[in-house]
Amino acid sequence: MLAAAKMIHSLFLVNASGDIFLEKHWKSVVSRSVCDYFFEALERATEPENVPPVIPTPHHFLINVLRHRIYFVAVIQSEVPPLFVIEFLHRVVDTFQDYFGVCSEAAIKDNVVVVYELLEEMLDNGFPLATESNILKELIKPPTILRTVVNTITGSTNVGEQLPTGQLSVVPWRRTGVKYTNNEAYFDVVEEIDAIIDKSGSTITAEIQGVIDACVKLTGMPDLTLSFMNPRLLDDVSFHPCVRFKRWEAERILSFIPPDGNFRLLSYHVSSQNLVAIPVYVKHNISFREGSSQGRFELTLGPKQTMGKAVESVLVSSQLPRGVLNANLSPSQGTYTFDPVTKLLSWDVGKINPQKLPSLKGSVSLQTGASKPDENPTINIQFKIQQLAISGLKVNRLDMYGEKYKPFKGIKYMTKAGKFQVRT
Amino acid sequence: MLNHRFLCRNEDLKEMLESNKESLKLEAMKRIVGLIAKGKNASELFPAVVKNVASKNIELKKLVYVYLVRYAEEQQDLALLSISTFQRALKDPNQLIRASALRVLSSIRVPIIVPIMMLAIKEAATDLSPYVRKTAAHAIQKLYSLDPDQKEHLIEVIEKLLKDKSTLVAGSVVMAFEEVCPDRIDLIHKNYRKLCNLLVDVEEWGQVVIIHMLTRYARTQFVSPWREDAMFDENNEKAFYDSEEERKVEQTKPYIMDPDHRLLLRNTKPLLQSRNTAVVMAVSQLYWHLAPKHELSIITKSLVRLLRSHREVQYVVLQNIATMSIQRKGMFEPFMKSFYVRSTDATHIKTLKLEILTNLANEANISTILREFQTYVKSQDKAFAAATIQAIGRCATNISEVTDTCLNGLVLLLSNRDETVVAESVVVIKKLLQTQPSQHSDIIKHMAKLFDNITVPMARASILWLMGEYCEHVPKIAPDVLRKMAKTFTNEEDIVKLQIVNLAAKLYLTNSKQTKLLTQYILNLGKYDQNYDIRDRTRFIRQLIVPNEKSGALSKYARRILMAPKPAPVLQSAFKDRDRFQLGTLSHTLNSQASGYLELSDWPAVAPDQSVRNVEVVEPKFYSDSEEEEEEEEEGSSSEGSSSSSSEESVSESESEENSDDSNKSSSSQSEKSSSESDSEKKKKTLKNKKLQQQKPDILIITYLPPQIMQKTLLLIIMTKYILIHIVLSISTQFFVNCMCSLLHLCVFLACQFDVVSWHVHVSLQASSPVFVPETSHELLHRMTGKGLSAQYRFTRQPCIYGNSMVSLQLTLSNSSDQALENIHISEKSSTGQNIHRFNAIGERHTTKEDEFSVSIQPAVGELLLPITMSEADFTKEQGNTNTSYWHADETPTNRPIHFSVCISRFAGKTVSSGSLVLVSVALKDPDAVITINTEKTVIGSMLLRQFKTALTNSCP
Repeated sequence: MLAAAKMIHSLFLVNASGDIFLEKHWKSVVSRSVCDYFFEALERATEPENVPPVIPTPHHFLINVLRHRIYFVAVIQSEVPPLFVIEFLHRVVDTFQDYFGVCSEAAIKDNVVVVYELLEEMLDNGFPLATESNILKELIKPPTILRTVVNTITGSTNVGEQLPTGQLSVVPWRRTGVKYTNNEAYFDVVEEIDAIIDKSGSTITAEIQGVIDACVKLTGMPDLTLSFMNPRLLDDVSFHPCVRFKRWEAERILSFIPPDGNFRLLSYHVSSQNLVAIPVYVKHNISFREGSSQGRFELTLGPKQTMGKAVESVLVSSQLPRGVLNANLSPSQGTYTFDPVTKLLSWDVGKINPQKLPSLKGSVSLQTGASKPDENPTINIQFKIQQLAISGLKVNRLDMYGEKYKPFKGIKYMTKAGKFQVRT
Repeated sequence: MLNHRFLCRNEDLKEMLESNKESLKLEAMKRIVGLIAKGKNASELFPAVVKNVASKNIELKKLVYVYLVRYAEEQQDLALLSISTFQRALKDPNQLIRASALRVLSSIRVPIIVPIMMLAIKEAATDLSPYVRKTAAHAIQKLYSLDPDQKEHLIEVIEKLLKDKSTLVAGSVVMAFEEVCPDRIDLIHKNYRKLCNLLVDVEEWGQVVIIHMLTRYARTQFVSPWREDAMFDENNEKAFYDSEEERKVEQTKPYIMDPDHRLLLRNTKPLLQSRNTAVVMAVSQLYWHLAPKHELSIITKSLVRLLRSHREVQYVVLQNIATMSIQRKGMFEPFMKSFYVRSTDATHIKTLKLEILTNLANEANISTILREFQTYVKSQDKAFAAATIQAIGRCATNISEVTDTCLNGLVLLLSNRDETVVAESVVVIKKLLQTQPSQHSDIIKHMAKLFDNITVPMARASILWLMGEYCEHVPKIAPDVLRKMAKTFTNEEDIVKLQIVNLAAKLYLTNSKQTKLLTQYILNLGKYDQNYDIRDRTRFIRQLIVPNEKSGALSKYARRILMAPKPAPVLQSAFKDRDRFQLGTLSHTLNSQASGYLELSDWPAVAPDQSVRNVEVVEPKFYSDSEEEEEEEEEGSSSEGSSSSSSEESVSESESEENSDDSNKSSSSQSEKSSSESDSEKKKKTLKNKKLQQQKPDILIITYLPPQIMQKTLLLIIMTKYILIHIVLSISTQFFVNCMCSLLHLCVFLACQFDVVSWHVHVSLQASSPVFVPETSHELLHRMTGKGLSAQYRFTRQPCIYGNSMVSLQLTLSNSSDQALENIHISEKSSTGQNIHRFNAIGERHTTKEDEFSVSIQPAVGELLLPITMSEADFTKEQGNTNTSYWHADETPTNRPIHFSVCISRFAGKTVSSGSLVLVSVALKDPDAVITINTEKTVIGSMLLRQFKTALTNSCP
C-alpha cells in the first residue's frame, strides 16, 4: 500500500431510496461497494438524520452529510479533520443550489456534465481548489433555460470562454469587470429565535441568532461600509472573508468589498445579557386518560411581545405519541393535517389576529387497549415577523466608496422562529 | 442483449468523436462523462477520446481531461500519446493553461511518466504565477503517492515552495509538506513567522491545514505555558497581591512565553470569526493544545456558535466539546443551556448533549440539570431516554448530595411502561446500590416484585445479581426468586443463566437449608446447557461450593470468594480518554487512531534554539546620495548625544556583524577599531556603515549598526490598509522636482477621511520607480520628550515587502541618556485606521519601568501617490475625461508673477491605496501659473493644490 493519500478520495451521491446515482473519483477509483457500510448504517438508523456522520470501514472512512434528502458520501483514506470534509460537502451542496436553483436528484442528473465540471474545479487531488461561487461562475457558467436552448442549437458550451482573473486578484471573492445598469445593494437582517418554553409557559432557554444576507449588484469595485446604531448588541460574530476584521475590532464598522451577487455578510449572536422577547405564546391542554381510547387536544396561539407587528406564516407541528391512531380536530383558522403513519400533526395557521386568537380543538383517538402515553408531545412553532429585528439591531448607514455612481440601497428586517419548542 | 445495446451505443459515440464537427464531439463527451458519473465502464473509448486532447475547444478539452484522469491508469500505453500535448501546454503563456496542464499531467497515474512529472513540477515551482506554483504544490502529493522514491527530490521542491510569499501557495505547500515529510520540522523554522503573518489572508482550506501543522510545530519548539511549578511559586504571592496579580506573575514567574508562540496565538485569534466551521475548530484546537489555560475561554463562544450549523457539524463539535468539558467544566458552564436537548435533534446529537450536560454537572447546577433530565426521560426516543438514565446514574455517583434523590427518581421509573426505560433503570440502580446496599433493602425488594414483568435480559441479570449479592438483606424473597428461576432456566438468555447459577451458589452458601436441592437442580441443568460458558461456570461453581474429596482447600474459602465485598463501579464519561488524540481530528471523532494520524508531541522540557526562526530577507535597494551632507551631520550629532547607551543584547551584535561580513569583510574590524578613533573619523565611519546598510538592508525588521555607534537604524514598515504612502516623480523637470521637494517638507496630518479609500482595488496602472528620494528625516520623538530616546523617520520610497498597500519607513532611534534602554517597541494601541507592521522589541526586558510616548507620523500628501508612466496623449485624454462630476478639477491662477517662460509640466500618479488617477499639470504662463489637478479624491486634490500654491509662491524670488 502506498502512502495514504490525504483528503477526499471519492464522492458518492445516494438518494433517499439508497441508490448511488453519481460517483466521482479524484484519485484512483474506489469501488462503490465501499458504500455497503454506509447502507448498513442507514438501515440501522431509525430516522434518516440518525445516520452517524462519520463511519469507519476496514480501509476507508465515510463522511456523509444529508441535505435535500440526498446523502453526500465522501470516501477518506486517512486522517483529516472531519469538519474540513463536512464543511466542504456543504459548500458543494450550496454551489449546486446556487447553480441549479434546487439541489435535487433530478437537477443533478439533468446537469451531470456541469456537476462534473464543478467537482473537477472544486477539488484538485482531493484538496479544495476553487470554492468561491464568484470564481466558479467565471469558470463554468450556470445553466439557464435560454443558454441550454442556445447551447443545443449552436453546440456552444458552459465553460467560460475567458479564463478567470479572480484566482489571481487581490480580491479573490470578486471578479473584475462587473457591470450593471441598475446598481443596487440589498441587505436582509434576519433574526431567528431559538427557544424552549416549558409546560407552564416560562422560558427555559431563549437566544437570538442573526444573519445579514446581502444581494449586491454593483458595477466595478465598490467599497462598502455598513454601521450599526447599536453594535454592542452583537456578541459573537462570524464574517464573510471580505469583511475587514481590524476595522470591526477598532470601530465596530463593517467595511468590505462585496462579492458579486448573493452572499452572507455576517452571522451574529445577540449577547445573552439581553432578555429575549418571545413573540408568541401557546395555551395547551393535551391529556390522555387511562383506559379511555380518546384524548383531549386543545391549542390556542396568541401574540406576546411583537412590538406591534403582525405574526405571520405561523406553522405549528407536533409529533404525537405512537399510540395515537387518528386526530379529529377543528381549527378556528387555517388547515391541519395528521399523518397516521408518522404521527405528525401539522397546523398551518397563517397570520395571528390578536382579536380572534387561532385555536385547534378536538379529540385524538388512541389505539384500543394501548396504555396511556406517558409523555405529552412537544410543539414546534414557526413564524415570521416582517420589518422587525427582535433584538433591536438597527443599521445606521451604508456608504459606498471607490465608485462614482449612486447605488440604490435597501435594508429589510425580519424575525423568524428558529428552533422554537414548547414542551407540554 | 443489454450488453449488445451498450456496445452499439459506444460505437455510435466513437463515430461522433471521430467526426469533424465540434458539436458532435462535445455531445459525445458529455454522454461519456454521464456514463462515468454513473460508474459505467467507458474505457474502450479511450483511443477515440484521447485524440481530442489537443482540441481548441475549452469545454471539450476539459471533458477529455476528466476522461483521461479516470482511465489513464488502465490504458497506460495510449495515455502516453497525450503526454506531449501537456508538455507543450506547460509552456503556454497563459498561466491557467499551464496550471491545468500540470494538474492533468500529474493526475495521470502512469509510473513511466514520473521523470516527466518531476521535471514539470520543478519548473512549475519556479513559475512566476502563484497559481501555477499552487498547482505544483498539489502535484507534489500526487507524484509522491505514485512513486515514494522521489521523496528526496520532492522535499527539495517543498523547501523551495515553503519560502513562497504568496498566500495562494501557502496552504497547498503545507499540505504537501504534511503528506510527504511531516517529520522535517526543520524546514518550517525559517518560514514560521511568515506563515503566521500570512495566515489571515490564506484561503480558508489552507488555513485549516496550516493551523494543524503549526500546532504540531509549536508543541516541539516552545515550552509549556501550563506551568504547574510556576503556580506553586505564585501561591504565596497571590494571597498578598491579589489586585496586582498580573504584575506579580510577570515578576515571579520564570515562564516567559516565546514571542513566536505569542505570535501564533495572536494571529490565529481573528480566525475564530471565520464563517468556515473547520477553520474555527482548527483555531479552537490550537488554543486548546497551545494556549495558557486562562486564555482558553475565548474559544468557547465560537464553538457554541458552531452548534447552530448543520447536524454533521454539530456532531463533530459536540464531540470535541465533550472531551474539553471533562477537563475544564468552567469553560462551558455559562453556556449550559445551549446543550439542552430539543425533540428535533438527531439521536447521536442528543446523546452527545447529554454527555456534555453530565460533564458540566456540579453541586450548584445539578438541580437544574436533573429537572431537565426528567423531561428527557419521558422522551419518545427510547434510546435517548435510556441514555438519560445512565446520565442520571453518573450524576448520582459524582455528586453525593443528590445520590438519594436520583435513586428515588430511578425507583419511580421502575414502574414506567416502557421496558427499555425500566431495564436501564435497573442496571443503573444496581450500580448505585453497590455503594450503600444496607440502606436500600426496600428497593431490592421492590425490584424483586417487578422481576416477573421485566423481560430485558440485562435487567433480569442485574436483579438476580443484586438478589445474590445482598441475599442476606432479603432472606425470604431470594429463595423464592431462585425457585421461579429454576422453572424457567432453560428459556433464559445466557447472561441471565449465568446469574441464576451465581444466585444459586450464593444462596447455597448462606441458606443451604432452603436451597440445597434447588441449587443442585440448577447445576444439573447448567451442566447440560448448550453454551460452554455456562457449562464451565456450572462445573466451577459445583467444585467450589459442594464439598467432596477432590475439591481440596479451595471450597473452605468458597464463601469468602463468592461473597467478597465488591467495589462499586465507577461511572465515567465515554470521553474520558479521548484527549489522547488531538482535538478536531478524525481519530478523535472515532476514538481510534486513523492511518496517517500525526501524534502531537509533549512540550519539550527545554525550548530548542529560538534563533532558528530568525530570518534575514535581503533585497537590493537603491538609495540616492543626494543629501549625504545633511545625513552626516544628523548622524554625527545624534551619536555624540548618545554617549553611553551601551547594553545592546548579543543577538543584535552578532547579527550586525554578520551583516557587515557579508557586505564588507573589513567593516567589522574597522568599526571595532573606531572606538579609539577621533570623533570626526567616527562620523565618517558612521556614514560608511550607513551606506553599507543601505545597500544591503535587512528589510524584514531591523538593521543594526555596530554598537560603538550607539545607534540603531530600523526599517519600520507601516502597513496601512487605507493610507498608502509612496512618492513619485516621473517627470524630471527641475522645476517640478523643486516643487515636489517643498511639498515633501510640508507635513500634512493624515486625517481619517483617508480611511475610506479602498485598498483592494486592482491596480492596472503601471507604476514607475522614484527618481528622487529625499534624505531628510523628520522628527518623531524629541530626546527631551522621550527621556533620552529620540526617533527620526524618513520615507524611503522603496517598495514594501509586506505588500503593495504598505509604505516603508526608516526609523532611526538613538539613545542620548546614560542608561540602557530596553524593550523598545511600538505599543499595541495605535490609532485607528493606520495599521503598523511592528518590529520586534529591541533589547530584552529586564526591568519593569515602562514609559510610553505617543508619536504621530505625518506624511506629506505626496507620499500618498505613486508615479505612473503615461504618454502625453493619454494624459490629455484622461484629463479631458472630466465629464463625470466626481473628478475634481480646479484651476487657480496664482496671484504672484513667476519668472519662467511658458512651459507645461505634467505629473501623473495614482493613489497607492485605491489606484485612482491623480493628474497634475502646471502651466506657467509668465507671470501666471495655472495648476490643474484632476482626481476623484477631492481631499487629496485640494491638499495638493494648496501645497502647490504655497510651493510656487515660495519659489518665487
